[in-house]
Amino acid sequence: MLSEVISPHLAAGRNPALAGARRFYAGVAAVTLGIFLAFHWVGSEYLWFSSYVVLQYVVLATAWNILGGYAGYVNFGSAAFFAVGSYTTVLLYKLGIPSLPLMILAAGGVSGLLGLGMGYLTLRLRGAYFSIATLCLAVLLQTIITNWDFLGGSRGAYIIRPDVSGFFASYVEVLFAVILGLAAGSVCLARIIEKSKLGYGLAAIRDDEIAAEASGVPTLRLKLVATTVSGALMGMAGAPMPYYATFVEPASAFGLSYAVNAMAMPLIGGLKTWLGPVIGALILGSVQQVATVTISSALNLLLVGLLLIAFLILAPQGIMGLLRRRGGRPS
Amino acid sequence: MEPDLGLLLNAIVSGLLLGGFYALATMGLTIAFGMLDVVNIAHPTFIILGAFATYLLSMQTGLDPVLACIILLPLFFLFGRYFYDLYYRLFERRGDSAISGLAFFFGILFVFEVSLSMLFGPEQRQIDVPYAWTSFSIGLVDFPLRMVVPCLLALAAFAAITAFFRFTFIGRAVAAVGQDEEALRFVGINPLRIKRLAFGLSLLMAGLAGGGLLLIQPVDPWSGHTFIGRVFAICILGGLASMRGTLVAALLFGVLENMTATYIGPAWSPAVAFGLLLLTLAVRPQGLFAR
Repeated sequence: MLSEVISPHLAAGRNPALAGARRFYAGVAAVTLGIFLAFHWVGSEYLWFSSYVVLQYVVLATAWNILGGYAGYVNFGSAAFFAVGSYTTVLLYKLGIPSLPLMILAAGGVSGLLGLGMGYLTLRLRGAYFSIATLCLAVLLQTIITNWDFLGGSRGAYIIRPDVSGFFASYVEVLFAVILGLAAGSVCLARIIEKSKLGYGLAAIRDDEIAAEASGVPTLRLKLVATTVSGALMGMAGAPMPYYATFVEPASAFGLSYAVNAMAMPLIGGLKTWLGPVIGALILGSVQQVATVTISSALNLLLVGLLLIAFLILAPQGIMGLLRRRGGRPS
Repeated sequence: MEPDLGLLLNAIVSGLLLGGFYALATMGLTIAFGMLDVVNIAHPTFIILGAFATYLLSMQTGLDPVLACIILLPLFFLFGRYFYDLYYRLFERRGDSAISGLAFFFGILFVFEVSLSMLFGPEQRQIDVPYAWTSFSIGLVDFPLRMVVPCLLALAAFAAITAFFRFTFIGRAVAAVGQDEEALRFVGINPLRIKRLAFGLSLLMAGLAGGGLLLIQPVDPWSGHTFIGRVFAICILGGLASMRGTLVAALLFGVLENMTATYIGPAWSPAVAFGLLLLTLAVRPQGLFAR
């Protein structure tokens, strides 16, 4: 009894919220480990290679959702944050520090700072201004990278993968494991934010920013935390990309397809929970992987755009909304 | 000193000419974003659409691109009118236009660009008109016709649209609809009808800008990207809903960008748009010429 009053954490077993969190982490750990072992057992290079892209979109969509879904601020510049992450890796590689964990951390730091600066300059204004500014940021950063000869300029930069030995079958499996870990981590982070004071504050901003401000929610500070976290995650998603593709060039790193996918996946999955972007990324990512192989890559981009518009019109609450409606609980 | 003065004068004059074209490209957005509050992020894509339509008609018939573009204007007006109808029904009336509306226009931008590149391929298109590479000069300053013609188009469009907003009943209703929709209802006008007309006008301007763009530079399906920052920066800098503000901001912007290209390097001119946009948003979000 006493322990429950002093420290509710000690009585976690009886607290439904904490019990839920525990179940959630156990579930994520089990799924992550299960996927990794199952894929290792199958041992297919192509499976790792194509799943990497899908998982990368899980990270990107989850990151977008932290700002776009929770707080209602639309980021059109996901490709910029992602590319800055990739180019942080290239920079460290060229400087002779080829350590992937370090690169991921550095990429998170640089993109997070970018998000913070971006937010600081534009978030005091109406939401649309932030969106426009993110789109311009992508154009500006692409200009800078294209003119930066040390990073390869417009010709691009090559990365040589290190050799692997021991448990992992190939470096592609290592990259798969890394992105799987990042995906699991970002999903956990998204859920933590969603269930915390920060998440409720962001939800209040999404529903009515002026009312939130008036009732004492520190809106600017919460939005800045959200842009920083969201930007950092996008950068981390981009960090292993140079090793995956072994070649980076500005036009593809800043490609609009990242920006569209990062936005379409949460919108199609459902905006308000951590599960929505995961579902959206798994479905849309897998469909694209199949379509790229069977049809053509241009057509699959068109498909994403059309699906995005179709969902906006027909199911504004996304797949989660459809499921909820099916379950008899109107959203 | 003499050649330097020539360089400076030429940079300013060609900046003004470029600014004229930017005004043409932005005036439509000023109507959509400034007056109707529709964040049409796809406006530059509609400009590219205009350029491709003009290119096709001009290639098929051998008409001068400016003439071909003017012939196509009613089509653009109708397209805009029905497009707004669709947008209004799907998003604005539902009330949740903020996120979905933005995402909708981004999706439209993407779908149109991918479709254009699938239909016409990624290569650049340009029309060779006899006057495109001629220029006349006054003193030290050159006036290339391929820049002068779009600028004249812009000035004509500016004069027409300013007169329309000032002297006609419908024009005044368009200028008023963004400010007070209810007041419009009181004098017996249906605001939706006016908004449809205004958005039609916005896309008509986009089409005209497309024709101008075709004279200035080769166009590919992705050319719109570099204009997104520019047109929004100019629109915000000009005070959102003011045509005169848009014109002045566009001229200023053209000169600034051209000076950057001349004295720092052409690769850096896209940075001007972004820098100016951020500066405006951070320091004076109501724009330079707000009422």
